[in-house]
Amino acid sequence: MNLLNVFRVASRSLGRNKMRSFLTILGIIIGVAAVIAMMAIGEGAQHNIQQSIASLGTNVLIVFPGSTSSGGVRMGAGTAATLTLEDADAIAKQCPAILAVTPIVRAGAQVVAGEQNWSTAVWGATPTYFTIRDWPLSSGLYFTDQDNRSQAKVCVIGQTVAQNLFGDANPVGSVIRIRKLPFKVIGVLAPKGQSANGQDLDDIIVAPFLTVQRKILGTTNIGTILASARSSALINEAQNEITELLRVRHRIPSWGDNDFTVRTQTEIANAAESTSRIMTILLASIASVSLIVGGIGIMNIMLVSVTERTREIGIRMAVGARSRDVLYQFLIEATVLSVFGGIIGIILGMITSEVVSQLAGWPVLVSPFSVLLAFLFSMAVGIFFGFYPARKAALLNPIEALRYE
Amino acid sequence: MDRKTNNVPIARVEHLVKIYTLGDVEVPALRGITLSIEQGEFVAVMGASGSGKSTFMNILGCLDLPTRGTYFLEGLDVSTLSRDELARIRNQKIGFVFQNFNLLARTSALENVELPLFYMHNISSRERKERAIEALRIVGLEDRRDHYPSQLSGGQQQRVAIARALVNNPLLILADEPTGNLDTRTSVELMEVFQTLNDRGITIVLVTHEPDIASFAKRTVLFRDGKIMRDSAVQGRRNAGEVLASLPVVEEEGTI
Repeated sequence: MNLLNVFRVASRSLGRNKMRSFLTILGIIIGVAAVIAMMAIGEGAQHNIQQSIASLGTNVLIVFPGSTSSGGVRMGAGTAATLTLEDADAIAKQCPAILAVTPIVRAGAQVVAGEQNWSTAVWGATPTYFTIRDWPLSSGLYFTDQDNRSQAKVCVIGQTVAQNLFGDANPVGSVIRIRKLPFKVIGVLAPKGQSANGQDLDDIIVAPFLTVQRKILGTTNIGTILASARSSALINEAQNEITELLRVRHRIPSWGDNDFTVRTQTEIANAAESTSRIMTILLASIASVSLIVGGIGIMNIMLVSVTERTREIGIRMAVGARSRDVLYQFLIEATVLSVFGGIIGIILGMITSEVVSQLAGWPVLVSPFSVLLAFLFSMAVGIFFGFYPARKAALLNPIEALRYE
Repeated sequence: MDRKTNNVPIARVEHLVKIYTLGDVEVPALRGITLSIEQGEFVAVMGASGSGKSTFMNILGCLDLPTRGTYFLEGLDVSTLSRDELARIRNQKIGFVFQNFNLLARTSALENVELPLFYMHNISSRERKERAIEALRIVGLEDRRDHYPSQLSGGQQQRVAIARALVNNPLLILADEPTGNLDTRTSVELMEVFQTLNDRGITIVLVTHEPDIASFAKRTVLFRDGKIMRDSAVQGRRNAGEVLASLPVVEEEGTI
């Protein structure tokens, strides 16, 4: 019996019991739809994270100051000011894998422009900051090294700040007050969107490093050091070079712990991604439980069907069906059921994830991979759970099957 | 395949023994049957229930294997074949007609007749259909080919079953009490079909416990307790066509 005929026989016998066939595949439909929707939500979140990580810049490394420890109680990364401006200069000069370096300081500040005011973060950095973060301007100019050296009161503002202080007007050339100090806006940055944890990356003012450090904060400390490697292949080498250099500069003995942390973009990305990946896997595995339950439903109905059709099996065997013909017939019936359920489930899952994205505003992404996975998985469920009933049918004794009432 | 061969009997069984084991008890169903069936014969197998005639038919139809003894089907020893090989033999050389028709419900007459051909290789759907229509024509039901079994009378259903048994052009048609569920007139009509087929040279083995029905065959074999009691030519063989003419005319069977 060729495959086409087997398919015809299978789909016809399923068509005879439309209601039952539908109820049988309902489990698969729900299971596949759940898996598709869950993976769409999970992958949507991951895609978002990847985008915002990419928006961090290219081949970026961040050096955080180490933790304070007071009487053995360690306070967490970034609590001690162990990094200096000289460290940043040394990294720029002595690490061959490093392309660009900028020290960073941050200050929260109330900003006033005319009638409007806005609370935002003011970042102090050297002009290489824009190179490292790969951040173009939408209008105006960047500040220069000269501005930094002379501690000029100029700044470049992000889209959100521009919107809140100036609305649709062009801010370039205006003067804003940061902690009451007048700064001239010389440029507006292009929009970057949201970060991995939903932070608005455009809610930012960037001013020359020394201006922020000396005039706004009035310290000599630096917060972090941002650097970029020459290429993505050199990121790990760059990380090692910085670590070696800073250990020497900070005179850390070979048995001592680092008083700083060097994070690469990949590490940051991985940390953010692993969280959402765990969520995705968790959601998908909960959803796949319903797929397995659906498979058991198919097995149940196929067993009923084999019993009901014992006589038919006997007739087929009497006229020359081999065991394997009967096996294929029932196996294909189960597979047709589950694949059909899978296809409906995929469509339903896509609709569900679209509805979720509309209602809840979550980013969703139905990837071809998840569709393929759901399709193959539902097919596998059919074959797996259909095998036992099909084998039972194939091994029937034709004489007894013919006598079955 | 050349079916009009030589002197080899269509079926020859030698010292056939079949023992069923029910728990610890061995129940002999056949206790040494030796029999030859030649090309063109029309054999009626008779006997009380439990005489072993059904077991004999199952072995003859390659549905079952003997415990001991040999069975040559057209010279080929089939008593040692595997399950799949037996299925192939049934598919190509045997046609079955059952007491309860055994048609597939919700499947048209034509498709029921086509069924054996589905399990043959190298046969196009066109040829399959042509052969099925031809078989239906032989039993006089070509105009009912799209009817479902539930839309046919008992006699018509049994004719569809005969067409199905014919369609693979078998060596041997085995009919297990084909008239058991039919009234007298329909039974005779059916025997007319069998006689017509036999006249065309088709070998038929028919199980019945009605002497009336057996009288349409050419030879009767009587089974008792797993052995052949009597094997004789039918004296005063009846012609179903003539019998039919003598029967009182009844209303046409209700068909949909």
